[in-house]
Amino acid sequence: MADPNLVLVGVNHKMTPVEIRERLAFSPGEIEASLERLVSHPEVIENIILSTCNRVEIYARVRDTSKGVALLKEFICDYHNIASGDLDNYFYSFQGEHAVEHLFRVSSSLDSMVLGEAQILGQVKDAYSLARSLRSTGMVLNQLFEKAFNVAKKVREETGIAERGVSISSAAVELARKIFEDLENRSVMLVGTGEMAELAAKNLISYGVKTVYVCSRTYERAESLAKTLNGCALDFDMFKEEMHKADIVITSTASPKFIIKKDMVEHAIHQRKNKPIFFIDIAVPRDIEPEVNDLENVYLYDIDDLQSVVSANVKEREKEAETAMELIQKEVTKFNNWVVSLDAVPTIVEIRNRAESIRKNELEKALSKMEPLSDEDKKTLSIMTQSVINKIFHKPTINLKKQTQSQEGHVYLKAIRHLFHLDD
Amino acid sequence: MEKFVFNISLFSYLGASLGYFVYLVYRKPVVSTVATATVGAGLLAHTVWLGLRSMETGHGPYTTTFEIGMFFSWLIVVVYFLTEWKYKIKDLGAFVLPLAFLAVLFSALLSKDVAFVRESQPFWLTLHRTLSVIGYAAFTIAFAGAIMYLIQENQVKSKKLGIMYFRMPSLEVLDKLNDKVITIGFPLFTLGFMTGPLWKATMDMPVLAWDITKTWPLVIVWLIYGVIFFGRMFSGIRGKKAAQGAIVGFVMVVLTYFLHV
Repeated sequence: MADPNLVLVGVNHKMTPVEIRERLAFSPGEIEASLERLVSHPEVIENIILSTCNRVEIYARVRDTSKGVALLKEFICDYHNIASGDLDNYFYSFQGEHAVEHLFRVSSSLDSMVLGEAQILGQVKDAYSLARSLRSTGMVLNQLFEKAFNVAKKVREETGIAERGVSISSAAVELARKIFEDLENRSVMLVGTGEMAELAAKNLISYGVKTVYVCSRTYERAESLAKTLNGCALDFDMFKEEMHKADIVITSTASPKFIIKKDMVEHAIHQRKNKPIFFIDIAVPRDIEPEVNDLENVYLYDIDDLQSVVSANVKEREKEAETAMELIQKEVTKFNNWVVSLDAVPTIVEIRNRAESIRKNELEKALSKMEPLSDEDKKTLSIMTQSVINKIFHKPTINLKKQTQSQEGHVYLKAIRHLFHLDD
Repeated sequence: MEKFVFNISLFSYLGASLGYFVYLVYRKPVVSTVATATVGAGLLAHTVWLGLRSMETGHGPYTTTFEIGMFFSWLIVVVYFLTEWKYKIKDLGAFVLPLAFLAVLFSALLSKDVAFVRESQPFWLTLHRTLSVIGYAAFTIAFAGAIMYLIQENQVKSKKLGIMYFRMPSLEVLDKLNDKVITIGFPLFTLGFMTGPLWKATMDMPVLAWDITKTWPLVIVWLIYGVIFFGRMFSGIRGKKAAQGAIVGFVMVVLTYFLHV
């Protein structure tokens, strides 16, 4: 198999508006039906369909690449009852190693809207296992996707692509963990019940924060939010006295003036024997006097501070994406080498040549030791030795060709090359 | 042989210092593994050196300033190893190993003559020196941790989150390190400090006839770490103050050392 004829056709969030993407999306049930329809098409050998809210892509191994690309485009349009000419500008298609590179980028989350997000890898895995369970994949796509998962893991581990929080609440959690390390058994106080504050609190709770106090000007609001967060509600005026019990304070009230002042915090810190407090002020206008940050063991971040942390982190992820691309290029080359190694023909030729040269040598040696033979006899001997070699190599050649079409083909080839010493 | 193992440890510490620094910046796990292995090799060579030297001199490595320097640097690395293992703070290596390297390098510049010792070392002198050196090693680790704390604290406070913010441990962990190391180091140092006069008493030397220029910095060192030690227990000294204290204390330790040389 000299060329596996890999192709990829798709649309994504970068080139195609959502109105079109949503018309092209496949539901899981539709994917099942489509995979089966495609794989029974004579042009298609293997295929996998990936459909998420940001992309619709079909990866396939086909008999002929240009025919394959046209077929897949047509299929997507036909399936959704759209005239195929209308969407030509939106589709991208890749072949061979470009398709491989694209898949590696997608699974490593370099092609995502939020660089480094973790969801896409799960979606690619789901798409693969669905296709695999329906037997619409074969040796090449199996190896390609398994490799893509590996690459994604490597990118995640060896680059900082997913290291830094790129949402307000994840950046806040990250900061909390740089101040307190372990959030287990920490306590958080919400002053005000804004939506963002709730989100941040939930995020903190998922990291093990145990105690939650909720204060709101309307006690019922505090009570209902406390219920969902499994915390306890406090009267609004209580927050001043209870502040020293909280490691993290999140404010989100609608108050036009600062409600937490420096002297208040100074007092709380004193009561806590200088144990740090992390203030997160999500309110606009702000709830906490900025001078609070001047106190020792007190850290105050308002919404703008968090926003600038987030944008710095986004930039950092973009830098890491470049490192990730280098890694991906290397893996693409490795995958190509694997594809090349699948080809049985050169190996068979090499073995044959080796055998032929041995046969010739030995035949000459033997002839020189014998009584002068007639040309007829010489010819008979030559034919005889040739047919010995042909008979010996007949079955192995057929089996090798057959096996290289299977999942473990490259293992067979490797073994054969090793046994015959072809690589030294 | 002595020279050979000496050089191995010297260069291992240099290599490990560079390795840990590279790890701090580039975060390649394999680099930190290599660095830790290098420290291990250096420590082994260092231990062999101490053994050989003790065999040669017939007593432990705490008679000349050269030996004490080598014993001190050995303890720094031992304490570092224990801390890395206990707290998993690999980045500490980038701050501690250069200090160990400098201590060995500086010792190498000192006279390597074997001191003439009349009899076996008196027990109190041995105890005095060993405990003091362990205390100093602990203070060195506290110093390295304190620098890390101040870097990290400054980043979180000023909201300029550079690469070190992501690489270095949390303030909590670094403060805990300061706490643990001084909690262990200070009492040992105090015992060492007190056994000095005891040794003099057993030798029938006047106990209070201190050499003032040599002793006053020691008293200040003791006071500084005492303030951190008791302050943490009773009046909530922690975090930045404890880190600043550990830095000032270490500067005094170095000063004391040079006054003694």
